[in-house]
Amino acid sequence: MKHMTLLAGALALSTALTGGALAQTELSLWYHGAGNAVEREILVGIIDDFNSSQSDWKVVLEEFPQAAYNDSVVAAAVAGNLPDIIDVDGPVMPNWAWAGYMQPLQLSEGALDGFLPGAIGKYNDEVYSVGLWDAAIAMYARKSVLEKHDIRIPTLDQPWTKEEFDEILVKLKDSGEFDYALDLGMADQSEWYPYAFGPFLWSFGGDMVDRSSYTTAEGALNGDAALEFGDWWQSLFTRDLVPGTSQDMADRETGFIDGKYALQWNGNWFGIKTLEAVGDDLLFLPAPDFGNGPKIGAASWQFGVSATSDHPDGASAFIGFAIQDKYLAAFSDGIGLIPATAEAAAMTKSYAPGGPLEVFFGLSEAQAMLRPVTPGYVVEALEFRKALSDIANGADVADALDAATDAINADIARNNNYAPAN
Amino acid sequence: MAAVAPTNQRLKTSLRYLLLVLVGAVFIFPIIFMVVSSLKPDGQLLRDTASIRAFLPVGDISLDNYFAAFKRAPVGLFVFNSLLVTGITVIGSLFLCSMAAFAFAFLEFKGKEIVLSLIIATLIIPFETIAVPMLMVVNSLPSIGPDGLTWGWLNSYQVQIVPFLADALTIFLFVQYFRDLPKELIEAARLDGARWFQVYSLVIVPISGPVFATAAILKFLAMYNQYLWPLMVTQSEQFRPVMVGLQYFFQLNTAWGEVMAYLSLITLPVLAFYLFLQRAFIASIASTGIKG
Repeated sequence: MKHMTLLAGALALSTALTGGALAQTELSLWYHGAGNAVEREILVGIIDDFNSSQSDWKVVLEEFPQAAYNDSVVAAAVAGNLPDIIDVDGPVMPNWAWAGYMQPLQLSEGALDGFLPGAIGKYNDEVYSVGLWDAAIAMYARKSVLEKHDIRIPTLDQPWTKEEFDEILVKLKDSGEFDYALDLGMADQSEWYPYAFGPFLWSFGGDMVDRSSYTTAEGALNGDAALEFGDWWQSLFTRDLVPGTSQDMADRETGFIDGKYALQWNGNWFGIKTLEAVGDDLLFLPAPDFGNGPKIGAASWQFGVSATSDHPDGASAFIGFAIQDKYLAAFSDGIGLIPATAEAAAMTKSYAPGGPLEVFFGLSEAQAMLRPVTPGYVVEALEFRKALSDIANGADVADALDAATDAINADIARNNNYAPAN
Repeated sequence: MAAVAPTNQRLKTSLRYLLLVLVGAVFIFPIIFMVVSSLKPDGQLLRDTASIRAFLPVGDISLDNYFAAFKRAPVGLFVFNSLLVTGITVIGSLFLCSMAAFAFAFLEFKGKEIVLSLIIATLIIPFETIAVPMLMVVNSLPSIGPDGLTWGWLNSYQVQIVPFLADALTIFLFVQYFRDLPKELIEAARLDGARWFQVYSLVIVPISGPVFATAAILKFLAMYNQYLWPLMVTQSEQFRPVMVGLQYFFQLNTAWGEVMAYLSLITLPVLAFYLFLQRAFIASIASTGIKG
């Protein structure tokens, strides 16, 4: 009888424990980082911590390779089987929110205090997504090269001006020491173009779309400022200051390190690798000011909640849990990107005061500007990329920018000005 | 004069072989580059691309990229998935399409030519245009599994196989080949009392090796290289094929050596399959003028 009582007790206990575990409602999470073991390890750690920190929700991870991720999400939206939590590239978020793939986050008041603006995905005055990190671009240079050629080292407060920057490029080219004065990364014909070169246009005073209404690109992409930018852009190629669109990816990756390029316009994700090769001689310089202030792009991958999630409270709870400073710091240490808060930055190896990449946090704070926050950005980016590529290859500047403007306007009109669905 | 002719002949032959070697080199060099690069560390790989060293296994050579590739992605699973999906689809397709072609070539029925024309006309429709409607169809199909009756085929093998079991190109290849076969063979078999399926299986199939080989190779390549469809229908890693798996290797800092190692690995089944059917494939091209 005693054995029976023990057995019954054990059964009751195991049932209760199992029941407790089963009571956790599953939340599916899709992530774009398949193939990156470091990201996976950190994310799985956060998920495990979250799952064991409460008894209501259990997050289940499904990973996708980044290059295939957006298409997978769109296909899933068509098929009606989006997960509860999705991650989304910052500039794409407005399109997904507009298309009805996402819903606003339910975060507690003040949860995003102190976050870099680029890490907060806002659309129509609502927060749809939040990133654990941001990315930034800098002008990579060698201190020894600048000193040798008597070139001023710019600062955040006193960046190079357009004229100064132009003179520097010509001086470096004329020195005969380099194949090209500057590597822009023309080999990478992806989102890199609008992300890296859009800020040049903004600094000239132009834009991919008129941000006051988001209903036309007229005047923004083909106005005087944009034409001035286009002429300057084309002159970089006609004067052989930068490699063209046929640049080899191998040269992009090793050209600056090998000394073929004097300067390089590159992201912070290449910082550590370049530091290891170049050493203390490496400088990360702020963007030049072309007249309307120095600019760099902002917003990277962020977490959001799908519109079809049955458990937006649970999904938001996970996101609220994941944006703790310790996780922001862990991601930064793991993959080299900029943590979304200063507190987290102080906890990292690279971005803490005195750290090798500290300068990027300052760049992100001081110069970062979001790409147009509109559902039409996806098409705007595509047309901008095409126009820049054509201009680099000798197309008439005004014609190329007019064509891009017309295509963007047609897309906006076709989508009823991207008015929110009722 | 008699001595000149052989000399000219030798010169012609030498020139022909020289040309063939050059053309062969154009085709083989990318493969050599891929395999050789898969053995080099990234820095050396990128530096070597500027010289002939890109095609030579020199410098710091190792299998590290292969080990790293297996660590980065479930390579074995992706190859297994692709071979399973491709294998079943090729076998099923050969059977179904050859049967259909047999009917078009040898049976008489009303509207035969119109139906065949309609099937062949589908060749001009790009897959991308029907991908979304197909996605919606497969997502609403019933499925019976461990959980009983469920709806939707996403995340399964059948969703990658069934839609491709029959296709216009394969049917067209078989029809063309069958129509060139002597009609007397079929008539003799029919006079001997053979049923249509017996004529197909005992008379036609045994003498159609070359077209089966050609269709198999073309279908194998098409299925093995599938990207868009599996990308849309396999949200679970468990069912992903090699081409979707390739994207695992393109990160912010792409590890090119691992990319080359992965490509070398996934190319092996294709090469093995082609070499296995090479003789019949060439015979088919020689006899029918069909090009892949």
